[in-house]
Parts: sequence; structure tokens; C-alpha cells
Amino acid sequence: MTTKLFGTPVQRVEDQRFLRGQGRYVDDVGVAADIGSGTSMLHAAVLRSPHAHARILDIDVDEVLDLDGVHAVWTYEDLTGPMAEPLPLLIPHPALTHGRTQYALARDEVNHVGEAIAFVVAEDRYIAEDAVARIKVAYEFLPPVVGIDAAREATRLVHEDVPGNVGARLEQNVGDAPTAIAAAPHRLSLDLTIERSACMPMEGRGTVARWDADINRLQVWTSTQTSTGVRAAVAVKLGLDLGQVDVITPDVGGGFGVKINHPWPEELLVPLAARALGRTVKFTEDRREHFISSAHERGQVHHVEVGFDDDGRLHGLEVQFWHDHGAYTPYGLIVPIITSTQLLGPYKPQNYRVVFESLYTNTVMVTPYRGAGRPQGCYVMERTMDAIAAYLAKDRAEVRSVNFIQPDEFPFDQQMVFQDGRELEYDSGDYPALLEKIKALVGWDEFPAFRAEMAAQGRQVGIGLACYVEGTGVGPYEGAHVHIETTGKVKVATGLTTQGQGHATVFAQLVADELGVKFSDVEVVTGDTRRMPYAVGTFASRAAVMSGSAIHLAAKRAKEKVLKIAADALEADPADLQIVDGVVSVKGSPGTSIDLGTVSVLSNPLRYAFDEASKAATQFSVGDPGKPPVPEDEEPGLEGRDFYSPERATFAAGMHAVIVETDPETAEVRILTYAVVHDCGHLINPMIVEGQIHGGVAQGVGGALYERMAYDENGQLQNASFMDFLMPYVSEVPDTIDIDHLETPSPLNPLGIKGAGEAGVIPSAAVFAAAIEDAEGFPITAMPISPSDLFELRQQRSKETP
Amino acid sequence: MSEELHDVRLRVNGVSHDVRVPARRLLSDALRHDLGLTGTHVGCEHGVCGACTILVDGAPMRSCLLLAVSAVDVELTTVEGLTNPDGSLGPVQQAFAECHGLQCGFCTPGFLTTITAGLRENPCPNREQAKEMIAGNLCRCTGYQNIVKAVERAAELAADLPAELPADSGAASRVQA
Repeated sequence: MTTKLFGTPVQRVEDQRFLRGQGRYVDDVGVAADIGSGTSMLHAAVLRSPHAHARILDIDVDEVLDLDGVHAVWTYEDLTGPMAEPLPLLIPHPALTHGRTQYALARDEVNHVGEAIAFVVAEDRYIAEDAVARIKVAYEFLPPVVGIDAAREATRLVHEDVPGNVGARLEQNVGDAPTAIAAAPHRLSLDLTIERSACMPMEGRGTVARWDADINRLQVWTSTQTSTGVRAAVAVKLGLDLGQVDVITPDVGGGFGVKINHPWPEELLVPLAARALGRTVKFTEDRREHFISSAHERGQVHHVEVGFDDDGRLHGLEVQFWHDHGAYTPYGLIVPIITSTQLLGPYKPQNYRVVFESLYTNTVMVTPYRGAGRPQGCYVMERTMDAIAAYLAKDRAEVRSVNFIQPDEFPFDQQMVFQDGRELEYDSGDYPALLEKIKALVGWDEFPAFRAEMAAQGRQVGIGLACYVEGTGVGPYEGAHVHIETTGKVKVATGLTTQGQGHATVFAQLVADELGVKFSDVEVVTGDTRRMPYAVGTFASRAAVMSGSAIHLAAKRAKEKVLKIAADALEADPADLQIVDGVVSVKGSPGTSIDLGTVSVLSNPLRYAFDEASKAATQFSVGDPGKPPVPEDEEPGLEGRDFYSPERATFAAGMHAVIVETDPETAEVRILTYAVVHDCGHLINPMIVEGQIHGGVAQGVGGALYERMAYDENGQLQNASFMDFLMPYVSEVPDTIDIDHLETPSPLNPLGIKGAGEAGVIPSAAVFAAAIEDAEGFPITAMPISPSDLFELRQQRSKETP
Repeated sequence: MSEELHDVRLRVNGVSHDVRVPARRLLSDALRHDLGLTGTHVGCEHGVCGACTILVDGAPMRSCLLLAVSAVDVELTTVEGLTNPDGSLGPVQQAFAECHGLQCGFCTPGFLTTITAGLRENPCPNREQAKEMIAGNLCRCTGYQNIVKAVERAAELAADLPAELPADSGAASRVQA
């Protein structure tokens, strides 16, 4: 047997390109062809609003075209047909009664600093930016709405026709929470806030487009998390047939959610310009643009009422929260819906009422950032658990434990509607086992002794614990195509995209295992609509579950065909055949064999020979002359294609624990131990899963201790650079991250896997708040928390309790 | 009115290139768009993220903070120049592959050049020194855990090589006339 690759830490195949500087990111596209050629690529720059809220009275572009090297400029007035309509509202929801999306170029009004107003195409980016600086816009200033408090007060409106700044209000009820809380032996209420952060991939957005006038076809490269989504949007907006548009997602320098939103204005304007000018056009977002014109997430304010008994068992939970979705709602209500449902975590509160309002502000819009509302939900639930434990003077792990869904209760229906419109039904898990593991890993029971030891040295430490459940691998579907070529090499295509997850490696592992071919003979392509036009995208920790399953199924189909053809050729029963290292042989008599390349030749009867191998497949060489060359119900070629479309999401889970030290003078927070236990079902490649966890934890550290979007009252983002927005360097992350896995397989897919991409970041705000609270001895209710914030809290505290 | 252009000879990875650029053209843009060396990536254009780090006479510098016209009479080394003469991965590159030191790969070239220079200065870094070596580069994917391991592994690999190999990649001895 070929050694199974599933579950082994196979080194990544894509690294060979990346490490040599041979990656092909969107800003690299077309460069080689450009150098030395007569018709060079054109470059775009965007005029963006400097004001958070203003009416546009006039745009004067007269001076722009005088500039040498400028080819064209577009403003809203130049847009026609579907391009002049607002951008799509991608995920409508009945509760989103006042959804609003922007125009590709602002029409009469701008609603956040950074909103696109004009689009200039020039010989190079430098000249395009010179041109942008020459555009004169007359504005009438409108008062901006900044922050959740201002949005709720609604003395000013973001959109005139949206009363109260409320885009949506959604309520879900399980049982009767208010009554249960009123009747419970104990009650608590909490107010909890969390601020904005953002994905901040190292590569911003970017798009390149070429219009081929000879075949009336558009080719678009874009740094996206959904090639098929962009393709459909570009076709509709530009009035093209879908068949005229190809979208290719090259290497992507990180996504983390922001690149699932589409189409960005530039994803439409670049193709529009390419077609209008007959030239290749490129737009590459710079870092400041990414801060002010892409998307943010996380900003929410929550109010919790909870009723519980002497053991800390929940009787009822009521959560109200206010979600700041910024100026527009292209991605619908996904983030707050996820908060409201995934807040429940591994617990069964018996009675639950949640209601949220999704609010407009004159700030950058909000779309999912890794975790997508789960970090907020986890923070709310875990802060509540800690508050209950503190109130009852009980062990925090014990209070969680009494509320867990038990292993014999799966599938467990939380009786709510999840983000995909399906029931929130957990498929499998073992939360008590996870808790035992995390306690052992972090040294939970030994911590009091450690605390005493540290206190003796004048040092102050605290420990925190946070649990989460994550719905991963949401539908509707993904597909795969597996093609065994006559060389015996296997070409695999799936439509979703890749931004660092190592899909070319893990998917090749699956195919090598299923087909019995060498790993090095498998090549995987993702995100190219020419190779797989049916796909959804890479988000919600779904790639391994969705495309992994589809690829596994497609490889199975290809294998069935291999065995059928080989059985004919070898005059054997398909059941007696095996495939090892790309050779099909009869079990027990390895001399009777045929390699996959030859099977591929036989699968495609030919009229014309073009090499030695193809001679064997010509009409005088193969098949029974009494039958059609291609058997009925068969197709030529050695291919397999299949799709995976599960009933509902599969639910991964995990727990994090952290021990922090807080400096008594400076209020700095130092991470002493960080521990993760994680259950994503069977691991395809543990090295890659752990890499995902490491990255998530680092983003979580950033979100908990450093990162915030510092808007002033005028709606100016004051820290829109890497100088001022503090992303963790190596000096800010834990020295080590201790990881342990539990594998409760999902019954929903053939590989028993669950998603792993977002998990690392979900419990961060919760676990750091808990540990800092434990170290300091007073409640932490607002995150992120900087040393200055903590210092302030200490000052307040000492004033209140002299 | 056209911009004044300047003839500049850039010596990159041992090869000389003549380019004609405006005075304001960033070295990062010249490398990427005029020479086609797209391995050098631009992450922030204000010198903070380190993705565009190249070696200038062996010292790590941010190519987004240099002008192409100022990069004359120096030897520049980019990620493309870090492979061994036979085309195999250099020790730092190899260490990243072994340790899963990269995910999306966008920040990676800046780490590879930075560490190459760092190990020349300190061939046997301890854990703290390894962290210090990469403390000016941002990565949003890996959480740095495996990059630190890769620094340590690269030091081991480099120590196993003939002395001049790792220390010499892209330096003067390979410059073509």
C-alpha cells in the first residue's frame, strides 16, 4: 500500500515558489509581459473622500487630462446601466429592512472617509496619483455619526431615509428567557464592549483586467476570496455574458475575511477601464487605502441579563447588543447573526433571548474578519461565565462544566437559525474532554500555588479560560474536478481560493491517498473559473470541509473509472485491483498491471496519434469493433467530477487558557503561558492546522491587547498606518503556544473533518479579559485593553475603594 | 510636461541592469516593475512592515524607503538571489520550508533577507536573539512561532554548509561585469 498521507505533516508544495520569490500575487501579474513590450499596462488610482459625511456639489476633473500620461478619468456621471446602480447587497435578510450599499463611485453623497469618488487611469501609479490630486470636489459638509453611542442617539442620521440609523433589528427566542431569569435563584447583569479591528492582510486588495477584443472576452485577476462571486458580479455590472468573463485568483497575500466581500468598486472599475481603453489595467491598493476603504469588524456593545442556580447552571440568558456596521451593508447581517448564535458556545442555557440592532455610522463598513462575530459572542458568554463563578465564589472551570452539552447529547439542536439559514444543530463534540485537556495543559489546578509563589516575589499573575464552538464548513457547496492525464499526472481543480492555507498541499494529500498516486504527481489549482466555474468561496473555515470533501468524492469517481477500464484491459474483476504509486495491478499478482497513464490513454479513443502513447489509443488499436468506441453512459477522458453540499455546518470546538503577568507600575500585560486545545475532527495535515492556530492566536493577541480603530469625532481614522495601528510583531506574541488536539469526527462529511481556520482568534478577547481580571481583582468589561486603559482602571478603582 | 528621467545602473543579485527612471521612483517599484523581480513585496510603503526588505551591500534595508536613483554603486540582493548557485534553496529558505515558516508567503521575502543578514552577523543565535533578529518584520499569518524556529534551523543548516556559501549569496564575487 502507498503510505497514507492523511494525518501526516507533509511539507507544503507551494513553498518552493514562495521561497524563491516566484509567487504570483496580483500586483505581479502582467509585469513580465510588460517589461520591454511596446504597450505597457496602465495603472489606476482612486480619489477618496477626505470627509466622513458630505454632499458632493461638484467634481471638476478638467485639469486631470492635461497631465501627460493620463488616459482616462471616471466619476459617477460617466457610469451607465448596471454600473450606475448601487453595488449588490450580497446577502439579503428579511430583518435587514434598511440595507444600503455604496455606488462604485460616489453619487451625491459620501458616507465615510475613504469612499471612492473618482477613478483615474494613467501610464503609472505615480502619474495616476498626481492626477487624483488635481481633481477638485466641492462638498457640503454633513454632521458625521461616529461610534455606537452616536448611532443609537440618532440625533444625526447617516442615511436620511434610515430612521434611527437602524439597518436591522433581529430577535431570536428559545424558551422564555425573561421569565426564567426572573424566577432564577440568582441574577446578574453585565455591560460589555469590544472595539473595531481589521483583517489587515499583508497584501491589500488588487485587480488586473485585460479585454481581449479578438474574442470579446474579459480576463480578470483579483485578490479575492471568491473568484466565482467576482465573475458573476463583473458580468452583470458590465453587461457581459458569464461565458465572456474569466476570473483568476492568483496567490493571495492573506485574506482573513476582508476579501470575501465583493465586488469592490475597483473590481468593477478596472475591468470597465480595460474594456474601454483596450489595455491591461491594474489597481493595487496601498496601505492607507486598505485602512480607510476596505472593511473593519468587531465593534459591538452588549447588555447581558442572566439567571442561574447555586451550581452556576444557567436558567435563562438574555443578550441585547448593538452592532456597528459602518456606512454600508453589502455583506448583510452575517456578523451579528453569528454573534447572536455562536455566543451559546458549548453550553445549553435552556432559555435564551437575543436581540440586536445593526447600526449605521459614518465609518468604514463592516464585513467578516476571521471569527466573524464569534469573538464577540465568545467574549460575552465567557465573561458571563466568569461573572457567575465570581458571584458564587466557585471555580470558573466548574461553572462552565455544569452547563456543557454532554457527549451523549449530539446531535444537539440549539433551536435557533444559523448564518446559513439552517438549524443551529451541533453535529459532534466532547466538551468535558476538552476541559480536562486544557486544565492539564495550562496547569489550572496548580495555578493557586504558582500565584502564591509569584506573589512572594512581588509579582502579580492571573489565569483565564475561554471555550468556544465554531460552525464551520457552511454551504451551499463546493466542487472538484480530477483529471488523470496520459502522463499519469493528476490535475485537480476546485473553485474556492487560497490565501495561505496550503490547499495545494492538503488537497493533493487527499487525492494521492484516494487514487493511490504519488503525492508529487498531483497538482492542485484553486480559484480559477476556467477550471472550475461552480464554487462559492473561502470563508467560515470551510475550505477543507467543503472542497476537501468534494475533491475526495471526485477522486473516488475518477478511481472508479480507472478500475473499470483497467479491469477490461487486464481481464480482471475491478474488485481484485489495487492502485499503488500510480500503477493498477491485480492484488496478489503484481505482474498483471497497467499504469494510470496508459489507462488514461485507453479512456480516450483517438483518431489521430501524436506520440507513442497516443498510438495505443487510435481507432484500430482499442476497443471491441462491435461496440461504440466510447461506451454508452460513459464519457471520454479519465476524469472525475463531484460536488459536496452538506445539510448544515459542522461544529468545531476548542478552549484556550492563558496565564498573564500584569506589571504593578506600568500596567503592561505579559503573556507567561498560552494553551490551546482544539477539536476540528480528523486532521489532514497537523502542521498546517497548528500553523493556523498560531496565526489566529497572534491575531487574537493583537485584538485583545493592541489593535483598535481610533476614529475621532469627525470620522477621521487617526491611526491609518502600521506606525499607529499596532499589529503584533514577534515581540508581542507568546513565546510558545502549547497545543493539544481532540478528534471527534464530523458525521456530516466523508472525511470526518471540521474547519480550523478561524479557531485561533475566537476566544482571545474573552481569555485575556479573564486572565487580566483574575490578576487585577476587578472586572474587565471593555476590550481591547492597553496598558494605559488598565492603568486608568486601577486609578478609578483606587478612587472608588480608598 | 514630462518628468525628467535618469539613467541608473542597478546591480542586483550579481547582475547589472540599466534602467531609466524618474527621480521619485521607489527602489521597490524599480525592482518589481522595471526589472521584473517581483519577489520583493510591498506591504505598507512606509517602512514598517519589512516585506520589501532587501540587502544593500549585505545590510537589510527597506526598499520602499529608498529611491532607485540612490541605489547606485551598491550590491543589491533580493529574495531571488538567496538560492544556492545550483538553484537549490539556500539555508534560510530551506529552514522556512522545513519549519512551516510561511503561509500566504507575502511577508516571507523580507524575513528571508533579514535573517540572511542576521545570521551573517550572528551565526548561532539563541532563542532571544532569533526573536530580536526578526522583530522588525510583520507577518499576519504565522504568529511568528515557526519563523523563530526557522531562524534556529537556518543557523544549523548554514553551519553545515561550506563556509562561503551562505555568507556569499549575491555578494560581490558573483557580480557579472
